[in-house]
Amino acid sequence: MTHVELDPGPTVTEPESQPLDPAGTGSQRGTPEPARAHESDGGLSESARAPEPDAAATPHDTIDHAVDEPVFATRGLSVHYGSAPAVLGVDMRIPAREITAFIGPSGCGKSTILRCFDRMNDLIPGARVDGEILYHGVDLYGPGVDPVQVRKRIGMVFQKPNPFPKSIYDNVAFGPRVLGAGGEMDEIVETALSRASLWDEVKDRLKENAFGLSGGQQQRLCIARALATDPDVLLMDEPCSALDPISTGRIEDLMHELKETVSIVIVTHNMQQAARVSDRTAFFIVDLTAGEDRRIGRLVEYGPTGRIFTNPHDTRTEEYVSGKFG
Amino acid sequence: MSDLAGPNPAPEGLYAQPARAAEVLGRQRLRERAKNALFRGLLLFSLLLGVVALVVLLADVLDRGLGHVWQVVTSFPSGLPARAGAQSAIMGTIWLMALVALFTIPVGVGAAVYLEEYADRSRRWNRLIEVNIQNLAAVPSIVYGILGLGFLVRGFVGLGQTLLAGALTLSLLVLPTVIIASREALRSVPDSIRHGSLALGATPWQTTWRQVLPAAIPGIATGTILGLSRAIGEAAPLILLGALTFVTFNPEGLNSAFTALPIQIFNWISRPQDEFKLLAAGAILVLLVILLSMNAFAIWMRSRYQKRW
Repeated sequence: MTHVELDPGPTVTEPESQPLDPAGTGSQRGTPEPARAHESDGGLSESARAPEPDAAATPHDTIDHAVDEPVFATRGLSVHYGSAPAVLGVDMRIPAREITAFIGPSGCGKSTILRCFDRMNDLIPGARVDGEILYHGVDLYGPGVDPVQVRKRIGMVFQKPNPFPKSIYDNVAFGPRVLGAGGEMDEIVETALSRASLWDEVKDRLKENAFGLSGGQQQRLCIARALATDPDVLLMDEPCSALDPISTGRIEDLMHELKETVSIVIVTHNMQQAARVSDRTAFFIVDLTAGEDRRIGRLVEYGPTGRIFTNPHDTRTEEYVSGKFG
Repeated sequence: MSDLAGPNPAPEGLYAQPARAAEVLGRQRLRERAKNALFRGLLLFSLLLGVVALVVLLADVLDRGLGHVWQVVTSFPSGLPARAGAQSAIMGTIWLMALVALFTIPVGVGAAVYLEEYADRSRRWNRLIEVNIQNLAAVPSIVYGILGLGFLVRGFVGLGQTLLAGALTLSLLVLPTVIIASREALRSVPDSIRHGSLALGATPWQTTWRQVLPAAIPGIATGTILGLSRAIGEAAPLILLGALTFVTFNPEGLNSAFTALPIQIFNWISRPQDEFKLLAAGAILVLLVILLSMNAFAIWMRSRYQKRW
């Protein structure tokens, strides 16, 4: 059933009322082969383009390509640091206005892939990105694409809250100011802080230094800062790993509200968090077959969160989500 | 049981033989304590050596010079010790410092920003520049004097023995220090600030100008002031440049002849009359006050604008 919907082409397919069919994908569960994700990247993208009729025989029923309205579509996405491969052969389509979670053990390359989506990998000396990342059909790494323009559309929230050493107001206003945004700045700041559900807590001390806020408030300030430029996508790199459970809960609630208007991709170490907040989950793994010192990240399984956690197709996913390793 | 001094003495053993345990523990403690005391004594001695020398020097200068400070500040050089002062040298020093600051801050901070924020460190060319700046900071000041004399005063530029030539020479001397201090300050701004700014769609220049530089200003200011206070005490390069020792007027502009406090002090000390040596002590006090107030300002800046990350 699913393979009929498979269309990993760059253009957005016509929206369907029923975006996903968990029962359908579950029905074609094949015998998981541990070695399947180690196959060549060419094989992955090849079959993604032209799915074979025998779904059980293809090694890729673990990657669900049935996304109606993808905001990102990657094809053969690989990242190298110097000559060492970090992540190889990622083919996935990330839906608009949903929350997609990247999970997997340390070093599996989930943050590396996330940083490709707003070209933050450009800042790491020696990082090289191969393959395609289509953002609404445009290759983000294509010639003539300015990373600064990419980052204006795609916001990012980092692992550790990183407010600027300025007032709360100036933190939020910084993005709109550098973009030369017109309009009433006070209004922009208030809207962004409200969307990050921080306004009520800080409205009386907007001129105070942002370092005076608690860790959870600082992280929500960073979210507000990213929202102030009205991005299309919000990338979140383990945004709650430095926060206490209450602050984490507030940010998760916030994500649910935000996905009405913004597509969210979140990297998380916390599987419960992925299960709680995300609509789709991608599971990455560290592939050690090339040797202990050549750790290669690979995408093993990707699909609706409910299915990944209750009915994983790959034994490694099953072992990871049931807590057997990682 | 007898192996209490072994790597993992069994706790039961210790409890079973409290007397033996106390012996083992006590012996070690005594030896450690002796070593600690010795080391502490050595450190204290090193500290006192510097402090005592400084206190003796200061007391001596204060004792001899305090009565002459007013005369030094208000009078101009004269052949008669009773009428001689160093107002032109004080004004010359202040002019020099202002000009050196004017020249070195933009160039030094600019060079530091290039090296820290823009240069590709894997390029051999950039590494060469870095190493050279480190070396230049260690070049003796008299070498800068020779350069100033040959290049700025007489040679290609031919400014003559003017305030401008002196200020430019001292700027060359201070520049490596300012660059190194500014780089330190820029490096102490965490990358999370740069990434946060770039992720919002700011250009590298906007990130540097609006986030990194403002956050680094306290460090840059501190380092620059400390660099300037090195230049303020330099006599060697200025003597080579031919800064005059008998200037009876304050500097009037960039092309004015000038003198500076270290030169005046050097001149007075080399005179045979004892009265001039007392005047030199007075001038040293003035120089110290200028120097210490600059350093105090640097410390105040640092604590006032200290950043928490």
